[in-house]
Amino acid sequence: MSGEVAVLGAGMHPWGKWGRSFVEYGTVAARAALADAGVDWRDVDSIVGADTVRGGYPGYVAGATFAKALGWQGARVASVYAACASGAQAINTARAQILSGLADVILVVGADAAPKGFFKPAGGERADDPDWLRFRVLGATNPAYFGLYARRRMAVHGDTLEDFALVKVKNAALGALNPNARYRKEVTAEEVAASAVVADPLRLLDICATSDGAAALVLSSMEFARRHGATDPVRVRAVSTVTPTYPRTVLDLPDVATDSAAVVEPSEETYRASIARAAYEEAGVGPEDISVAEVYDLSTSLELQWYEDLGLCGEGEGAKLLREGATSPGGRTPVNTSGGLASFGEAVPAQAIAQVCELTWQLRGTAGARQVEGARVGISANQGLFGHGSSVIAVR
Amino acid sequence: MVAHWFAGEDADFRLLGTRCSACAAVFFPREDTFCRNPGCAGGELVEAPLSRRGRVWSYTDGRYRPPSPYVSDPELPWEPYTLIAVELAAERMVVLGQGVPGLSVADLEVGMEVEVVPGVLNEDDETTWTTWHWRPVGVGA
Repeated sequence: MSGEVAVLGAGMHPWGKWGRSFVEYGTVAARAALADAGVDWRDVDSIVGADTVRGGYPGYVAGATFAKALGWQGARVASVYAACASGAQAINTARAQILSGLADVILVVGADAAPKGFFKPAGGERADDPDWLRFRVLGATNPAYFGLYARRRMAVHGDTLEDFALVKVKNAALGALNPNARYRKEVTAEEVAASAVVADPLRLLDICATSDGAAALVLSSMEFARRHGATDPVRVRAVSTVTPTYPRTVLDLPDVATDSAAVVEPSEETYRASIARAAYEEAGVGPEDISVAEVYDLSTSLELQWYEDLGLCGEGEGAKLLREGATSPGGRTPVNTSGGLASFGEAVPAQAIAQVCELTWQLRGTAGARQVEGARVGISANQGLFGHGSSVIAVR
Repeated sequence: MVAHWFAGEDADFRLLGTRCSACAAVFFPREDTFCRNPGCAGGELVEAPLSRRGRVWSYTDGRYRPPSPYVSDPELPWEPYTLIAVELAAERMVVLGQGVPGLSVADLEVGMEVEVVPGVLNEDDETTWTTWHWRPVGVGA
């Protein structure tokens, strides 16, 4: 397909709380991806960074910061911010440059050093910022929203706390096999049940931690890949970055209320489902083609929601799909083979890139003990604060 | 904290949204600048009180102290509060708010009827910051 770009290299800095700068993490991941690709940094045409607001910098920085750390060499540069979807937008920016002929080989990097505890907005009195308002007026943390979704699933679909715990058990077992994961220890359902309630009905082990981490990719044109000797590379076939459709009727972070559906009839499709559909349509594949999926498991119950939004099962059938083992290793569509956010924690600008790193290793067949046999098509899914969609489909 | 999100006393207490005079779309928190209905060329936005009662869409609580800018006294032990997302039938929208003090998740169920009541967010020596709370219908003040 002419719309494809090659994934020549993938690399990460192991995730955790390392107490160092995001620049260091990103540079380690970048060098790993360049080494994996066999591409010299000086031959890279363009660098795209997924932004962080932290690390001691007063603004949103990334692309040029990594270029400086690697050594200025005059590459084209872009920096993108889209909250949790920043990584996908960085990949999409690189893809657009390649497909339009602006660049042949591009380094994409996302890295962050996250603070401990709840994410919170920047300081000051900022009543024009919905993210500031939800904390100030409601004390509504991210886990509070995850708790609302979890309770809603229990009421509408009959999900149980045991179903949620099973997601953690599955992802922790996979994370234990992943050298880049922060948490590399198996977890039992009993341990989930014994952990403290954070936002009813969710417990500490149902909710992902904040972490430091970095991920990077080297993307190129198919022509460059061939010249470079990569005759059958993993290819990115679709990147979905869609916004919601008015009226958005599911309460979402950081909003205090949904849109009203009193005047305009809402779509039957949820926002998350529309993110995945856009990716499927662009790639020309469907849920039945997916061998492996990486989804944004900010909480255990949210992973079940993604099963439905990706079309792996019908609405309300997520917990059943999990119980049947369809999303576990050896199942029809293993989900979060990397260990997911449950095992990595959240390093915002790196996460969507890390998802594609895992898809790349799975599609190459080099995922080691986590390998999904014969993986041919992978999908990642994620959603960024303020209405940023994110889904990438990669094929082999 | 934020001006004109609610008004009135006791039984007249209402959340205040806005309504587009061209397409009748409703917004809360109030939208005073642009009508966000993509099919609307944009009309004047006028203040519109929301329904007093709705049904619980979902609920949770905060067992850990939220970070700043939420205001709480670190000297006092943390008292969890409930957060309730409420479906308003007429507006066909869901509005989040804290439950009244003393309410726990054990008192709540999805689908239960609740009403909006005035509440206090926090206070210091000079100022009391008021807010709205959701209270199950039929429960005393």
